[in-house]
Amino acid sequence: MTTYQYTDVVPEARRPWDHSRSTALRAVALVVLAGIFGSVINQLTGLSGFLGWYVGLAFAVPVIAFIGSARHGWNMASDRIATSLMSIAFATVAIPWMSIFWTVLKNGSKAFHSSYLTSDMRVTSFSDDLHLGGLKHAIIGSLLIVLMAAVIAVPLGVLAAVYIVEVKGRFARLVRFLTQAMSGVPSIVAGLFVYSTVIILFGTFSAVAGSLALAILMLPTVARTSEEVLKIVPEDLRSASYALGASQARTTFRVVLPTVASGLVTASVLGVARVVGETAPLLLTVSYFVGTSASITEPIASLPVYVFTGLTLGDANSATRSWGGSLVLLVMVLVLFLLARFASSRLTRKR
Amino acid sequence: MQTLDTPPDQREIKAYYTKVDKVFRGFVSASALFSLVVLVLIAAFLLYRGFEIFSDFGLGFITNSKWEMLDPNDAATATFGIAAMLVGSVLTATIAIIIAVPFAMASALFIEYYSPRRLRTALTALLDLVAAIPSVVYGIWGYVVLLPLVEDWSATLNKYLDWIPLFAVRTPIFGRSPFLAGLLLAIMILPIVTSVAREVYSQAPRDLVDATYALGGTKWGGIKTVVLPFGKSGLVGGAMLGLGRALGETVAVYLTLNLVFEVNFKILASAGGNVASLIATKFGEASAYELKGLMAAGLVLFLVTLVVNFLATIIVNRSRKIV
Amino acid sequence: MDNNINNDLGTPEVIVPSVTADAGVVEDRTQRNAGNLEVSRRGGLEAVGVHAWFNKHHALADVSLHFPENTVTGLIGPSGCGKSTFLRLLNRMHEFIPKAAMAGEVLFEGEDIYAPGVNPIEIRRRIGMVFQKANPFPAMNIGENVIAGLKLARVKVDDKDALIEECLTRAGLWNEVKDRLKAPGGSLSGGQQQRLCIARALALKPDVLLLDEPCSALDPGSTLRVEETIVQLSETMTIVMVTHNMQQAARVSDYCAFFLSDGGPGRLVEADLTTNIFSNPSDKRTADYVQGRFG
Repeated sequence: MTTYQYTDVVPEARRPWDHSRSTALRAVALVVLAGIFGSVINQLTGLSGFLGWYVGLAFAVPVIAFIGSARHGWNMASDRIATSLMSIAFATVAIPWMSIFWTVLKNGSKAFHSSYLTSDMRVTSFSDDLHLGGLKHAIIGSLLIVLMAAVIAVPLGVLAAVYIVEVKGRFARLVRFLTQAMSGVPSIVAGLFVYSTVIILFGTFSAVAGSLALAILMLPTVARTSEEVLKIVPEDLRSASYALGASQARTTFRVVLPTVASGLVTASVLGVARVVGETAPLLLTVSYFVGTSASITEPIASLPVYVFTGLTLGDANSATRSWGGSLVLLVMVLVLFLLARFASSRLTRKR
Repeated sequence: MQTLDTPPDQREIKAYYTKVDKVFRGFVSASALFSLVVLVLIAAFLLYRGFEIFSDFGLGFITNSKWEMLDPNDAATATFGIAAMLVGSVLTATIAIIIAVPFAMASALFIEYYSPRRLRTALTALLDLVAAIPSVVYGIWGYVVLLPLVEDWSATLNKYLDWIPLFAVRTPIFGRSPFLAGLLLAIMILPIVTSVAREVYSQAPRDLVDATYALGGTKWGGIKTVVLPFGKSGLVGGAMLGLGRALGETVAVYLTLNLVFEVNFKILASAGGNVASLIATKFGEASAYELKGLMAAGLVLFLVTLVVNFLATIIVNRSRKIV
Repeated sequence: MDNNINNDLGTPEVIVPSVTADAGVVEDRTQRNAGNLEVSRRGGLEAVGVHAWFNKHHALADVSLHFPENTVTGLIGPSGCGKSTFLRLLNRMHEFIPKAAMAGEVLFEGEDIYAPGVNPIEIRRRIGMVFQKANPFPAMNIGENVIAGLKLARVKVDDKDALIEECLTRAGLWNEVKDRLKAPGGSLSGGQQQRLCIARALALKPDVLLLDEPCSALDPGSTLRVEETIVQLSETMTIVMVTHNMQQAARVSDYCAFFLSDGGPGRLVEADLTTNIFSNPSDKRTADYVQGRFG
């Protein structure tokens, strides 16, 4: 008999290569040791405070990693050093990010009072006491400008993507290239361009001019994200539509675009998030207004300009108002991002 | 009988489009070329508005450093040159790139190859989020938090390294220096450079990485042998994109850099230049003639960033094509 | 069952695979290598009750197989029967697949390579591997490709040129490339690239070479050249080769192991001398497969 006899007993699955616990322990020990070293550096040299301690830690980590692994030979040791260096580099990069979130939250919350979001600066000046005034006007103005920009940029961006992916026109590569290059137009140049045309023509700063400038900056983001989104539409879907005798226009509008609707929402939201904090073009095209206004042919307030104005005034209360505006701006960006994630997660679920 | 040596003429299959489709395709094509129209219009209008300046000052507009207009009503009293501003823009952007690229490389590798699987998605999302922090927020943070720190660091650097011309200063005033602006720009462009690098690194061919493991290589060995050479051009492209951003950034630099109309390479000194910042500074009180000067400066900035971005796009696209 | 067999043979330190035919295999092997080869009892590579999982998916169940020293073993079977998974388990490449798991033991020179404290990097250095698709490093020239493993494993060698020549010669490529060692690896033909990859694996002087369908992407001429190389190499090293090509298995391998999945995890159906597998298989499914009735 030479046939294999199976045993039906299935042994327990194991992962003998999984050292995550000992790796984690080693990492903790490494950081603790390096932290102690950092404290010593703090005491002995001029490097003081958190950053001084961190510098000590950052230098100690690869050294300790090397000492700890030297007995395994240089191959293993160099691997451990590289690992520690990359972790330290990422931690270093994350420090400013965390610092930005933290200081904006800490300083921005000082500006908040019960009617901060519901009052404007019509009768309040930036240096006034902090329980007066608010940024209702700036929020409304920003939303208005950005919304108008989206109305202009989203259709154009999606159409550019449709041209590249669906129509596959003769200039598809050129259009993609130009859209990518357009994403590098400095925001102040966009502002200057709108100033040199619209503002000079009509002789006045206006919200709508600001939206034009923002639309220029928004278009590439929308176009690019939409292109990625359209590319995930399976070819069979188009073929099926064509096979039923549908025209290309009908296929695009009735089959392709509805399939990825939530992806296009993501594209638009990302575009909005990209421009909602743009300051320079608004300085050149919209200027600023202290009261609440929804008049699109006049200067109106916006969050970035509100923040910028408060900062250039130079006194403590104005600066705090700037931080408050920054906090609102950051929260807006965060909300937009969550929205985009939500929309794109719906898209992937549908697939 | 026909032989295979003479194949029949190939018939061309012509696409047939209904009227509706023709309209649709025409409409989409027209909209798609909007970006081309915008780019051309930007250049055309800035040239049109700034033409007088170019004809008045010629090449001196690029090579002179002076920017003054003694009498706002008399164009003859004006001297416009952006040499110091251009040099300053390039200097701060270069500092930003030199600081940002190594950190971006290491961070991208960390996220893609070292961070735990579950953390990876979160970190990638964080990267996108940080990239979207408005520049004015970076600016206020740089002005309030980073400025005092950098002043301290600059003093220390100057104390020990002032024999290097780059770190020397005439007077020991260190605030709002090219170093501060460059560092802030580095922090600002890090997310985008890291993001591009991470994307390129994630596409490194798996079979080659496997081959390094099968040859007794460590993770670092695999990265050094396969991932880094593979991602080289993508990283260069990402860095160029960051460079374009850094060259064109306005508000953050406006808040963290002292404009001085003199070419300056002393990066710790409280004196620098930046074209975008110049436009933002002078725009408010500019006379009609000075405004034309700012338009001309805007055109120069536009062309410089456009060239940088063209190159970046070409390099990134080429690295994608290899995949 | 395993234990009984072990006790019968009276060799407790050697775990004889639970294929009952194995005793016969050993006999036949000594016949074939009569006099010219001393097979160490502890030598070679041996899998004992190996299972593999991907996440919750049970991909391979209860495989026990012994690869005697200086022989070629072909792993055959239809796609998806776990051959490649099994191969990657033999040099600890399996663990790079996220959420992979395993059970059982793989003994290399009598030691379990999955035991705690074993350095997998050392294992992979001594058990080389060649992949389905030729994958020379694109950033290196031919010579650099050959000694890439030395750099990766940080092995010092005095005479690199001699080693490059030796490895390329053993891989049967030297005469074709000796004048253009500085050319990029990608400039070679597919078959040459695959032999370059073999040379690259040889540079580390492994004791075992694992080949994962090394000829599946090659034309018949190149395939023949690679096969010659494999046969020559088997005089000095143990070779395990996954192949879909029955003729190739028949031409090259001393032993064959037939894997099959009946919808559940892949299992080892039969392992025997190649001649027996092809002319006188003991399992009907093996007979069906080698005669091309399915797969």
